[in-house]
Amino acid sequence: MTHYLDFEKPLAEIEGKAEELRAMARSNEEMDIEEEAAALDRKADEMLVELYKGLTPWRKCQVARHPERPHCKDYIEALFTEFTPLSGDRNFAEDEAVMGGLARLGGEPVVVIGHEKGHDTQTRLKRNFGMARPEGYRKAIRLMDLAHRFKLPVITLVDTPGAYPGKGAEERGQSEAIARSTEKCLQIGVPLINVIIGEGGSGGAVAFATANRVAMLEHSVYSVISPEGCASILWKDAEKMREAAEALRLTAQDLKMLGVADRIIPEPLGGAHRDRETAIASVGAALSAMLGELQGKSPDDLIKDRRQKYLSVGSKGLAA
Amino acid sequence: MNWITNYVRPRINSIFSRREVPENLWTKCGGCGTMLFHRELSENLNVCTNCGHHMGISPRDRFYSLFDGGIFTEVAVPEPIADPLQFRDQKRYPDRMKAAQKKTGEAEAMLVAEGEIGRTPIVAAAQDFGFMGGSMSMYVGNAVLAGAERAVEMGRPFVLFSAAGGARMQEGILGLMQMPRTTIAVQMLKDAGLPYIVVLTHPTTGGVTASYAMLGDVHIAEPDALIGFAGARVIEQTIREKLPEGFQRAEYLLEHGMLDRVTDRRAMREELITITRMLMGLPPAIKGDLPAPSETEALPAPDKG
Ligand SMILES: [Zn+2]
Repeated sequence: MTHYLDFEKPLAEIEGKAEELRAMARSNEEMDIEEEAAALDRKADEMLVELYKGLTPWRKCQVARHPERPHCKDYIEALFTEFTPLSGDRNFAEDEAVMGGLARLGGEPVVVIGHEKGHDTQTRLKRNFGMARPEGYRKAIRLMDLAHRFKLPVITLVDTPGAYPGKGAEERGQSEAIARSTEKCLQIGVPLINVIIGEGGSGGAVAFATANRVAMLEHSVYSVISPEGCASILWKDAEKMREAAEALRLTAQDLKMLGVADRIIPEPLGGAHRDRETAIASVGAALSAMLGELQGKSPDDLIKDRRQKYLSVGSKGLAA
Repeated sequence: MNWITNYVRPRINSIFSRREVPENLWTKCGGCGTMLFHRELSENLNVCTNCGHHMGISPRDRFYSLFDGGIFTEVAVPEPIADPLQFRDQKRYPDRMKAAQKKTGEAEAMLVAEGEIGRTPIVAAAQDFGFMGGSMSMYVGNAVLAGAERAVEMGRPFVLFSAAGGARMQEGILGLMQMPRTTIAVQMLKDAGLPYIVVLTHPTTGGVTASYAMLGDVHIAEPDALIGFAGARVIEQTIREKLPEGFQRAEYLLEHGMLDRVTDRRAMREELITITRMLMGLPPAIKGDLPAPSETEALPAPDKG
């Protein structure tokens, strides 16, 4: 059962009809519906191309949040071997909104860290919808330190609505934890590469995405604030999220132009959720390519490279 | 250095342009409701003489009271490109900028200066909540970097007064990118072994708290300042419960270990002098009236033998 986004409703109708016809044919062998069903398929394909050809920024936000989009856990399971989760911040708790541990990518040991949103009610609650608490950032800091000491590249996968707005999270120094995580990203003398796989929500994303190389999936977004939040502050109306999404320039394409994203990873037609395997494979290829670009760089050069990237960001605006 | 050319003249206009109407010679205290004569209030650093409530203070006014004799030199901040996203909500971003500039008499939301406090050379930066909520823009990022670079160049401590609602939405991702950029500024100071003191003032929230405002060697807050990452309303909506009294206030953060000290604005200067001098390995500051600057350098310290 496919989950359709609101703008995909016409598509849902056509695909539903084709599905219905085929179900009828299965129960009645006399019926010959294949031609009609194939015509519907063609119509659906055309519509899919049309819908995804020029996704508006708000629609991209919806695709980025699609519940069937591959999540951190899916990428780790498919692309890495010997994944060995490492838990806890050694201070207070284990935060399951953040996955992290040792793993091998193409046979080489790495440290992998990412936000995990969960895929059903139970896992979403367990993962807190991908909203990390301070312990998540502090675990990441610990793992980045580990990577630095044992000279392992760090790969981060960002997919979070943002930091968790909770009482305890504030009391335990959410701000400081995010600041220290960003600081750690800038300090480690190993390659740090990042992919925004879905939502790059504000400071919670920056804490992991301050990398030598930042890649974004074609329909992922990365923003200072959610379009809904921005709309309610600047338009005084949360329903103006379409306008806000437009104004914020949060798409992968805009971020590439602005020099924040270094590369865009193409998604299969109809978004990563329509062909998860292909999407995951594309991310895998991008990871290898980005690691390759950084190969042979000294720890000092890697730190300098990262500093330089962020010091020069924004110098050209959209004219870049 | 010549004291006269080094002197930044107080801009008389800027003091009066903000008081829009004559009735505003009086300000009502937000803490206790007392009507305060504005000269009395400004002499008391915008702290209520009745209840001690700390009201906002502009970076320029803060610097007049912070630096010895009110003398400081502004540190130039590289101009970023204007309106990088051509952002428009109900108003155009350039129009919002113009309105903020007119209201504050300042170019942007942060002022950077160098000077001396108790004869201790420092570089200081102060964020202006009155300028678009103090929001962290590319200019603010450049200002933090310029201040840190100047401090490193001169071998001085860097004191930063924060006040912001977060990153500037009108600069989108480029506002957010000031989190790593300002973190690099802090690293420059740390690499150079120079103290970085943060004074958190009301309010300091969002991406500012989650970057340079929480990376200091010493964190001091003004009393009752609101300090946090997420807004209280959003938290209440998320956890569906009422937040405790004083939540996200300076004293609450002190209790939870996020701050070193909560200090009254009227005692801040002395405290900054004491701390920076110790961290810089300097002898205690001389209290009371100081002799002319040219003589102190030559004179041996008193009471030594
Ligand atoms: Zn009062």
